[in-house]
Amino acid sequence: MLYIDSSMRACLALLALWALIGVAGLLRPMSVGFVGRMLFPLGALCGVVLAVVAATSIGAPAEQAVLKIGLPDLPMHVRRDALASFFLLLLGATSAGISIFAAGYFRRGQGTAPGLMCLQYHLFLASMGFVLLADDAYAFMVAWETMALSSYFLVTTQHGLPEIRRAGFLYLLIAHVGALAILLSFGVMQGGSWQFTFDAMRGAHLTPYWAAVAFLLALFGFGAKAGLVPLHVWLPEAHPAAPSPVSALMSGAMLKMAVYGVLRVSFDLLGKPEWWWGLVLLAVGLFSALYGVTFAAVQTDMKRLLAWSSIENLGIVFAAIGLGIVFHGVGMNSLAALALIAALYHSLNHAFMKSLLFLGTGAVLHSTGERNLGRLGGLIHRMPWVAWLTLVGALAMAGLPPLNGFVSEWLLLQAFLFAHQVPRTFVNMILPVGAALVALSAALAAYVMVKFFGVIFLGQPREPALARAHDAGLLERIGLIWLALGCLLLGLLPTYVIDTLRTVVAQFSGALLPSTGAPWWLLVPLAGRQASYSAPVFLIALASIVVLTALLVRRFYHHRVRRAAAWDGGFGRLNARMQDTAEGFGQPIRHIFGAFFAVQRELPSAFDSAPRYGVVVGDRIWQWVYLPLGTLVQRIADSFAWLQQGRISTYLLYSFITLIALLALML
Amino acid sequence: MKPLEILTQALELIAALAAAPLFLGWVNQCRAWLQNRRAPSIWLPYRGIRKLFHKDAVIAENASPLFRVAPYIVFGAMVVAAGIIPSMGTRLPFTIAADAIALVGLLATARVFLSLAAIDIGTAFGTLGARREMMVGFLAEPALLMVIFVASIISATTALPAIAENLATQTLGLYPSLAFTAIAFTLILLAENARIPIDNPATHLELTMIHEAMVLEYSARHLALMEWAAALKLLNYACIGFALFLPWGISTGTGGPLSLLASIPLLAAKLTVTGAALALIETISAKLRVFRVPEFLAIAFLLAVLGLLVHLLLGA
Repeated sequence: MLYIDSSMRACLALLALWALIGVAGLLRPMSVGFVGRMLFPLGALCGVVLAVVAATSIGAPAEQAVLKIGLPDLPMHVRRDALASFFLLLLGATSAGISIFAAGYFRRGQGTAPGLMCLQYHLFLASMGFVLLADDAYAFMVAWETMALSSYFLVTTQHGLPEIRRAGFLYLLIAHVGALAILLSFGVMQGGSWQFTFDAMRGAHLTPYWAAVAFLLALFGFGAKAGLVPLHVWLPEAHPAAPSPVSALMSGAMLKMAVYGVLRVSFDLLGKPEWWWGLVLLAVGLFSALYGVTFAAVQTDMKRLLAWSSIENLGIVFAAIGLGIVFHGVGMNSLAALALIAALYHSLNHAFMKSLLFLGTGAVLHSTGERNLGRLGGLIHRMPWVAWLTLVGALAMAGLPPLNGFVSEWLLLQAFLFAHQVPRTFVNMILPVGAALVALSAALAAYVMVKFFGVIFLGQPREPALARAHDAGLLERIGLIWLALGCLLLGLLPTYVIDTLRTVVAQFSGALLPSTGAPWWLLVPLAGRQASYSAPVFLIALASIVVLTALLVRRFYHHRVRRAAAWDGGFGRLNARMQDTAEGFGQPIRHIFGAFFAVQRELPSAFDSAPRYGVVVGDRIWQWVYLPLGTLVQRIADSFAWLQQGRISTYLLYSFITLIALLALML
Repeated sequence: MKPLEILTQALELIAALAAAPLFLGWVNQCRAWLQNRRAPSIWLPYRGIRKLFHKDAVIAENASPLFRVAPYIVFGAMVVAAGIIPSMGTRLPFTIAADAIALVGLLATARVFLSLAAIDIGTAFGTLGARREMMVGFLAEPALLMVIFVASIISATTALPAIAENLATQTLGLYPSLAFTAIAFTLILLAENARIPIDNPATHLELTMIHEAMVLEYSARHLALMEWAAALKLLNYACIGFALFLPWGISTGTGGPLSLLASIPLLAAKLTVTGAALALIETISAKLRVFRVPEFLAIAFLLAVLGLLVHLLLGA
């Protein structure tokens, strides 16, 4: 047994183990039993250990090392600090639930062989971990690109279908545009030293102008990964295309790597962020949040709906980071720490809730073969385990107390609320509007979740085939329970989470949230303010009143129940077609936020023999940004097309002229 | 925890539970008088609830357990909310566990469960009601949060009793920002409690109803709990309004048991006037088309944001 004295070495060993598990998948690539029952549970165990190691190492001082791998004379630097530990904890804990679910999920070889998929999946996990530990631009970019490529192959598992290949291409394209921006940002940050280690970047003193350029390039690059509007277009395409555990991993863990990247660049590599960077982040984040949640409300595909909801949540995380940077920049340290804690807390919450919901859709998809909300319904009777566990995720996502989604939104609103002493009048006026937008997005998220859960699991089945739906298997249930338990505990024990996050935020940003000395069950964010929340007491009060009411009703009155056909206002002849469809449930949003949507309606005329009604909601960003951009690139390419003659002699001439020109330049 | 604090807490909970149907009865009575009808007894809501508790529950064949649990959760949420809102005294030991934002979250929890239960049977009315309820909710909830934010910023706290105490003990606090938010709050109260001009509590016309459409499938004790919860919700909103805008007379930290006793008739007087005013608003306004509801609530939202800006810009 190898004795491991440093938690960074332990983390690296676990990442290597993940990669090894992946390679082991190639031993028997076609065996579902070997890959599913052996390797994926092993990967889940790895995730649990990684989470434990990372959690215990958060308080430890940072460690650095040089790995003798990679190109000659270009070793890889690695470093583990509290920020990296926190995100490793997030990665390990979420992936554990997803891997154990995936163990039961991949049954027959559909598309990619299971062994190959196991390799891609575990390489994806290992590369995400390595992104967090990398301490030079070279190692970071290698890990970042491995993450993008392995997830690309996972997205295109069902590569037989043309729309999935198209979604994969879009994802790859935007991932690379983003990676280029990150690379350029590193190029700016080395500041003329031509040393690409992060230590050199920390030491480089950039002028404010170049620092801003580096920050904006990094924001563009990481924003493309996080799905900030207008770089979000790949998300609603790639998430539905991927198998559900992969969607869960991408949404739950990979998007958080972008959060990590922005925090690492703005607070660590660039030193002290300027306060106006925060305003940029705040604006982009809030717009993404509102844009994402309105689109989520009008979707008819359940995974696409969740993808849009991820855009919303990442928007809220970035808005919280922006708020933190504004406070940090004007020297309001405890509020800065509070906002950054809210950002990290929401990242962690979102990792659990969204993974849970994506896995829930995976179980539904597996058992019904249907992703379209218009063909689901009533599954709570056929799949009670999946339904009730998904309900936990949906309520958490809707931001309801006492679950975890509420806590991070509560913290963020507290940070917004006590922000009225920022020494910039203009900012003071913007912030309340920001708080209003956060509140609006959170309320809309509840709308989206009622639609999501109600249309899939409640009501009557909309198709006869749904009567054959079956509940999830044991391994899948364990995965769902793990994540639902995470949502519950993160909601009920916020003080422990915040104590940990306080250390993390203090280490990477220098902003310390002073401890208020409140007992473990009471959450008091800022000393001297009367604002407190106690999830355990809240839950106990609500539960005891509910139970007491039920007991009293039972004691004093009878509890007779008769079952009969639904009354429905005495109308009778009720059928499943009379329920609201997903389109119908989204209709008020389509009406109110009409300016966001490009709606195409297909209305039947009175004389159609086979009348059809359809509504397609399109994204205006395509019309406004991407299609003009495509046309522009096409035009530029056309104007250079005359260079391409198709004759070898001409090309030789080009080479010759270039050579002469270069020689002339050198001499 | 002092005995007086526990007494205040217990008194508020019991009073809210007991008085909620009475307040509803009073509003109905006033409305009948204003509309030149013979008024029903003020005790009618109690009789209705009692009658419903005695009946056999009939539940649709395809109802899931969620449908049966929801009335208890909705009712429980409203009772807990009554425990957070200071109506008689500001020394409520429970409010340490939930501030005003948590109160909004609690009301949202009740709404989400009510809507999910309405979808559960899969009737056209139920889903329609749920959709409309969530539409009202997603606009009213942030507006309510904004209203609370104005009061929170004035008092530098989000704890409702502290806000009420701060506003009640000020020498003469007249805030223009609170005037804006008071109007916004009135609009929210009407919308959230399914009153005219958003919804008609007396209607069963399918094109217009919201709340009634959602509880259509409920019967007996489940319906009794739902109706009691709706009455509690109305009372809770009225008490939130008193705490934020008319906190005078509430028993504050320095007052003894006598001030608690004195606050009871004052609360009764406030409720009497509010109930009459509510009936008046309902009588003189017409129901809006459903598509106009977002505009109505957007006005409430913007008024609340305006109140916040007025406070931050003018410091008033």
